[in-house]
Amino acid sequence: MSTPAPAVPLAVLAPAHAGSAPRAMRGATTEPAAVKWLLIGVAIAFLTLFLFMPLAIVFVEALKKGFDAYVAAIAEPDARSAIGLTLLAAAIAVPLNLLFGIAAAWLIAKFEFRGKSVLLTLIDLPFSVSPVISGLIYVLVFGLQGWFGEWLRDHDLKVIFAVPGIVLATTFVTFPFVARELIPLMQAQGTEQEEAARVLGAGGWQIFRRVTLPNVKWALLYGVILCNARAMGEFGAVSVVSGHIRGQTNTMPLHIEILYNEYQFAAAFAVASLLALLALVTLVLKYGLEQRVKSEHEASVEPRESAG
Amino acid sequence: MAFAHPLLTRHSVLPGFHLALGFTLLYLGLIVLIPLSAAFLKTATMSAPAFWDAVASPRVLASYRLTFGASLAAALINVLFGLVVAWVLVRYQFPARRMVDALVDLPFALPTAVAGIALTALYAKNGWIGAWLPFKVSYAPLGVFVALTFIGLPFVVRTVQPVLADLRGELEEAAATLGANRWQTFTRVILPVLTPALLTGFALAFARALGEYGSVIFIAGNMPMVSEITPLLIITKLEQYDYAGATAIAVVMLVVAFGLLLAINALQAWTRKRQGR
Repeated sequence: MSTPAPAVPLAVLAPAHAGSAPRAMRGATTEPAAVKWLLIGVAIAFLTLFLFMPLAIVFVEALKKGFDAYVAAIAEPDARSAIGLTLLAAAIAVPLNLLFGIAAAWLIAKFEFRGKSVLLTLIDLPFSVSPVISGLIYVLVFGLQGWFGEWLRDHDLKVIFAVPGIVLATTFVTFPFVARELIPLMQAQGTEQEEAARVLGAGGWQIFRRVTLPNVKWALLYGVILCNARAMGEFGAVSVVSGHIRGQTNTMPLHIEILYNEYQFAAAFAVASLLALLALVTLVLKYGLEQRVKSEHEASVEPRESAG
Repeated sequence: MAFAHPLLTRHSVLPGFHLALGFTLLYLGLIVLIPLSAAFLKTATMSAPAFWDAVASPRVLASYRLTFGASLAAALINVLFGLVVAWVLVRYQFPARRMVDALVDLPFALPTAVAGIALTALYAKNGWIGAWLPFKVSYAPLGVFVALTFIGLPFVVRTVQPVLADLRGELEEAAATLGANRWQTFTRVILPVLTPALLTGFALAFARALGEYGSVIFIAGNMPMVSEITPLLIITKLEQYDYAGATAIAVVMLVVAFGLLLAINALQAWTRKRQGR
């Protein structure tokens, strides 16, 4: 009956209270509107000069000679063989590094052993090596003057200036990607769930497939996507070991270089636009997956907090 | 069933330790460690004077100056503008903010050869940006700086962003209550918290720039003594079949890179400690 009566002062007081105090606070911990928009302007100007315009010019230059020339540049046999080799190199390097990432993450996250931090640093090594040096080291091992050079020549095998060298160099530069995503997540998730499955009689493969994999699937996919983008776009390392034989050992980035140096700019940008599209697709997938990876991380934190 | 391994410091009921350890070490050895050791072993066969000639000739020294100088300048520019970009993305709402946020990672995803030809076309004398500039960028040392700025752009933004997002509002409110104006709060309260992340981002961008090859060679013009970067010099020596000379320079770059890797690991540990994680 008398319920409206106390509701009136509350309704009047509450917004006044909620409105005035935080507004005063907000004024003290935010910048004036002019500063805000100046900072936004500076950020957008910087990104426009160094990010947006380089991306835009790829597509503008690619279509400069019309859509027919664009299609012709991509459908041309040398371009098609470059696309094929790029896909092949990624199709071998990415699954290899996926397998390695899973093994390394299982090892580091599920067991306590000596030398773990050294192993973690070693896994990161390829990220700090210049792409050119990544190619060079394979030349030193498999090149004609290298460790196995004579043996390979005697057996009529070719690694350097051939497809195997390209695959090896691509594998090296994309080595840490999947491991980097899986290790911190699986470390945070701990071993309780897997141990419970073990106690209940599950085998190793069952534990991985039914317990571990569902917990890390988005992070795994995230790592694979980043790994693939780098594998398809690698230039420096592949350039050293490729030998640049048209139609045989040219990947897409190397094909772009050749076209560009021959002043076939529209064709170079046409092939480049395919890689730019791949980059955009990668970014969209990456952005979408980031939210899911975050929720995997949060899911790994909550049970621990409630348990402890 | 499971027998203890001498490396294990704690017993585990989980299977697969031997398999995972064996495969990880085998793969790491074959793909990374053995090939990398080839560079050091190759250099070990050189005499000291030959090594010194290879890594300290005037042309090589000029390439170090350009590579380290342009990498340093690009990383510093990225610290400044990366901080502004991170600040704007975390603190303000504006149209297309999410799209801008996603595009910051473009230099990670865009192949370096594509970035190279795009930047060259953009900053050439008749390019969209180059036409407006009174000085040469493409085919000049300044072009190296532009390419390395592009390559390093995401590092500072992505290391600063999470720290800025985690920053508790109470600190700034307390500073304001105690009479600090907004600029004082920024320089004395916010900036010290961000310092480890800024340093980490700087080191990551610098390390990445030192080894960069693909984007630079298109825009640099590659003139010996003027606009020739060290990674290109390694390739030039390889093409002249001077394997020892190329490897000697590579070893110098590898030692610098590994030193930076250790520094970055230490910085990241410091950042985590500051964040209380």
